Amino acid sequence: MSATVAMILALAVGTYAFRLVGPVLHGRVELPERVQELLGAGAVVLLVALLATGALTEGGGFAGWARPAGVLVGAVLAWRKAPFVVVVLGAAAATAVLRAAGVA
Amino acid sequence: MRTTERTALVRDSALVWLASGVVGLSFGAIAVTGGLPVWVPVVMSLMVYAGSAQFSAVGVLLAGGGPVAAAVTGLLLNTRTAAFSLAVADVLGPGRVARLLGAHLVTDETVAFALAQPDPARRRAAFWVSGLGLFAVWNTGVLVGALAGDALGDTGTYGLDAAFPAVLVALVLPALRESLAIRRSALLGAALALAVTPAVPAGVPVLVALAGLVLHGGRRPA
Repeated sequence: MSATVAMILALAVGTYAFRLVGPVLHGRVELPERVQELLGAGAVVLLVALLATGALTEGGGFAGWARPAGVLVGAVLAWRKAPFVVVVLGAAAATAVLRAAGVA
Repeated sequence: MRTTERTALVRDSALVWLASGVVGLSFGAIAVTGGLPVWVPVVMSLMVYAGSAQFSAVGVLLAGGGPVAAAVTGLLLNTRTAAFSLAVADVLGPGRVARLLGAHLVTDETVAFALAQPDPARRRAAFWVSGLGLFAVWNTGVLVGALAGDALGDTGTYGLDAAFPAVLVALVLPALRESLAIRRSALLGAALALAVTPAVPAGVPVLVALAGLVLHGGRRPA
């Protein structure tokens, strides 16, 4: 079981080190305006990529139709400026209804 | 920040907490029913605190992949938090304690929530409110799931796996509406991530998406 402890520690320390990159560099290194702009854009690009892969894929393959269809319902609601609650519950409900109807 | 804004923030965050709590339940249950002792998912959630990396690390362990492969897979998935921590570095707060504690709360959810706010004060509030709540709910969910085992059933029935991508849509839409450069970069990035997903290890597709920034272009005159 000590190998599992070592795995958890390595994963914890490594992950925390990644998360410290920003706070440690902040205030010490004066980043050029262009770099700051790219960092902000980069975060949005990462989030959109997470949303696309999270909506469409599961374990390296296609996630089935129910989940992307639900996310699409959420996207349409968000585009029409529906409240956040409606967007999230709408997406989950649409996916749940499709699954109940037999769509994978 | 006015009380109504704070209430709206808690209300919006609460949905994400709920979804994360259920995912935490299933993480605890999967780890324990797979044969791991209760403390493994619980300690892991407190110390690593990264949902997708925890799932993949435990998945590798349960598949007999060994601890080294489990750690490497998890770390690969979490490399994106370095980019996220740079993006929210000025959001955490001025003090050393705020930065050291805040760093642990840097997740996809808190970054998305913070960056969706229009001004620095609200960004900070959104980060801490969503982050502290998420940490509490996630770890409680994992503990309950680990103790309750497989009593939960198939969570896919509730469609909650569609909730987080939908949350991301709602949170990134304002930034996408605002800037053509970000729109182009994000579209290319997402397309690249999807294209490489079947071929590369988990965690890599999202990093590949950063290549989409080549379309961001420069604003300075040539």
